[in-house]
Amino acid sequence: MSTMNFHLRLWKQKSATDKGEFIKIHATEIPSECSFLEMLDIVNNRLTREGKEPVSFASDCREGICGTCHMVINGVPQGPGRGAACQVYMRKFENGQTITVEPFRVGAFPIVKDLVVNRSAYDRIIRSGGFISEHTGGAPDASTSLIPKPVADAAMDAAACIGCGACAAACPNSSPMLFVGAKVTHLGLLPQGQAERKSRARNMVRTMQEEGFGNCSNYYACEAVCPANVPASVIAMLNREYIRGEVSEAVGAID
Amino acid sequence: MILDAKIPEGPIEKKWTSFKNNAKLISPANKRKFKVIVVGTGLAGSSASATLAELGYQVETFCFHDSARRAHSIAAQGGINAAKNYQNDGDSVWRLFYDTIKGGDFRAREANVYRLAEVSGNIIDECVSQGVPFAREYGGELTNRSFGGAQVSRTFYAKGQTGQQLLLGAYSALSAQIGLGRVTMHESSEMLDLVLVDGHAKGIVTRDLITGEIKTHAADTVLLCTGGYSNVYYLSTNARGSNVTATWRAYKRGAAFANPCYTQIHPTCIPVAGDYQSKLTLMSESLRNDGRVWVPKQKGDARLPQDIPEEERDYYLERKYPSYGNLAPRDIASRSAKEVCDEGRGVGPGGLGVYLDFSASIDRLGEKTIRERYGNLFEMYHNITGESAYERPMRIYPAVHYTMGGLWVDYNLMSTIPGLHVLGEANFSDHGANRLGASALMQGLSDGYFVIPNTLGEYLSTQFGKKVSTDMPEFKKTETEARAHVEKLLAVKGNVPVDEFHRQLGLIIWDECGMARSEAGLKKAIADIRALRERFWKEVAIPGTGAELNQSLERAGRVADFLEFGELMCIDALTREESCGGHFRIEHQTPEGEALRHDDKFAEVYAWMFQGQNNDPELVREPLHYEAVHLATRSYK
Repeated sequence: MSTMNFHLRLWKQKSATDKGEFIKIHATEIPSECSFLEMLDIVNNRLTREGKEPVSFASDCREGICGTCHMVINGVPQGPGRGAACQVYMRKFENGQTITVEPFRVGAFPIVKDLVVNRSAYDRIIRSGGFISEHTGGAPDASTSLIPKPVADAAMDAAACIGCGACAAACPNSSPMLFVGAKVTHLGLLPQGQAERKSRARNMVRTMQEEGFGNCSNYYACEAVCPANVPASVIAMLNREYIRGEVSEAVGAID
Repeated sequence: MILDAKIPEGPIEKKWTSFKNNAKLISPANKRKFKVIVVGTGLAGSSASATLAELGYQVETFCFHDSARRAHSIAAQGGINAAKNYQNDGDSVWRLFYDTIKGGDFRAREANVYRLAEVSGNIIDECVSQGVPFAREYGGELTNRSFGGAQVSRTFYAKGQTGQQLLLGAYSALSAQIGLGRVTMHESSEMLDLVLVDGHAKGIVTRDLITGEIKTHAADTVLLCTGGYSNVYYLSTNARGSNVTATWRAYKRGAAFANPCYTQIHPTCIPVAGDYQSKLTLMSESLRNDGRVWVPKQKGDARLPQDIPEEERDYYLERKYPSYGNLAPRDIASRSAKEVCDEGRGVGPGGLGVYLDFSASIDRLGEKTIRERYGNLFEMYHNITGESAYERPMRIYPAVHYTMGGLWVDYNLMSTIPGLHVLGEANFSDHGANRLGASALMQGLSDGYFVIPNTLGEYLSTQFGKKVSTDMPEFKKTETEARAHVEKLLAVKGNVPVDEFHRQLGLIIWDECGMARSEAGLKKAIADIRALRERFWKEVAIPGTGAELNQSLERAGRVADFLEFGELMCIDALTREESCGGHFRIEHQTPEGEALRHDDKFAEVYAWMFQGQNNDPELVREPLHYEAVHLATRSYK
């Protein structure tokens, strides 16, 4: 197996209130087959052996589905290619290349430490409406609702969102509308989601604004970096649903 | 100690119904007065938290992830079983029950498994109602696929992301309850210990992973939904953070640990490529619906797969198990792969791989259909290996995936510590010595949505007027002990990174307590683990302090527990002198190399009780009574 060398610029920041800085590390003899996060593991274990503090970064499943890992690699949230940062492999880089790694820069995601940010704002958006209110035990037989395959597939494509925050990190407005749109589209397409359709879009968008996120102005950067391939058309759906929700509230409609 | 499983009387089909008809109820006014702590937010923890909150209990939920949605259930790919018989192919509750018991090599508790099969259909109803986008036919009906160990199509799925969609369903139900103020959610909070008051589980000690703050929390009952211990092998398909700490701490406080040697090695994973590797990636079992497993007939055949003619290929699963073929259960498929590789017929680097070939299915169904069914898995494979499985067969090899063992629970899901309930993969109850594919999701959700809401009353109805608070000395004492443990780790100040110890532990356990186990090997493993543990406490390096985000410290705590747990696992494997399911003792095999059970001696659950740090654990047995099925040699021929 061949090995590679890299010049790393890694962001170090003790806490949200401290000032951060890049540290430079010459990472040598990195196996070309290893993943980006495995490269960081190697670097961190070397730092530890030298008695230095490793660089904190979040990761868990390391197969692109849990959404835990989050970082900006050479200016791209979640790094080059499709998928999350854990799915980036070192063979995609040139030997000797300089690689800059920094945290997501989003006001609503305060920095915890080094490359780790706090994305709990996304949980609060879901809590304000990203669900179908139903209680366990009250469900009718699953075969009673027929959902045509194209509709089920479109709902699934939107539901594939991993909640990683890359959309907001890529957007010049720090807009999470790909994330919000994905949930509104997923549930809005299904018959089960109709009852709360208007209030869902209304409440989720309001929470999104309270959290300090911006709005979409059609840069499409979110779609370009989304690890789960969520299409930007979910934002169009979100806008339609949101307008419906606001208008129906303004005119005092029952739903 | 005698283990009372509290199995209801009556014929197996009536047990759950009669239990529910006679179960202790807690009135709505009283539910409000009881507080429940739930640890873990995977399928079991999220579904239990949401459902108990809907019922009116006060729920406090904890997870070590930064969001409840990140628990490792999210990574399950293939599907969830349910005896709906929507395909009209002869499925029934009985068949799902029987397949699961047989799949578990007759080492699971009958009554629990029947209940699981019984509620399986309700789970699908529930999930559809939450908006889980299961795969559908053009006319809108739900569709199914087949999984190992079954001759019917009963597996529901959402592309290759079924676990994700089911977990997000449970997470949305949980989020709704948090939004309503009925669940208090604590993210980035790791459970360090269990607090007992008069021998009952009444609270936990947690460490806030962001601030380092160590705190206690009191409740009327504690639910552990903290998953399995596959990461004792270091390399597994589990997420990096998955750990044994919560269940191990409960064990050290008196909860019996059952069948720790029952681990599942999944046959279809991407092979290990180098020692830098941090985890292994599963390729869903569903691929075996359309993929054919083979190796060259010739030893050391170095030709490319496409250059090996049909007659020189050995489709060994189809040859050995004609009626189940490529869908033989996981333990059998894994062992067969090891056998052919041990014979020198493995493929790829190091000869540790077999082919999973889709060419016949692509010819039969077209690439478009295969892409639709497994597109994301093929993409994942391509991303990791740089090879396209549309053009050449995948290379796969078994890897650790799931653990059937766990804390012992009775029919009510309560452990040997009163008040401590254990759900999902963290308990031992439903899968015996081998779990069938698509049954883990079923069990996690069954425990959380349908079992615990009905069984919790049995315990809580005895707890009126027994409120505890964190001011009690029991809480202070346990907190002090947990704090001392963290400080002890920080005080080692060695220079060897935690990962090194974890990797070495994994190698010991994989070699001696993996796909094949022997008396000599297990004894050696126990000695090696003890020596490694001693080194760990002298040499581990943990930079930084305890009062901040410190990932080395988090990992060190978990690895310290794995280093103790690994020994118990080997002791269990050594004591169980038979082969069953995933536990294969080379001394006990049939002439054809199949697992040889000894039902006269081992049709029992082995539950281990902690007896102090330097003493041997005590073995307590629960005999398994098979009333509905008769013990048979498992055959998939």
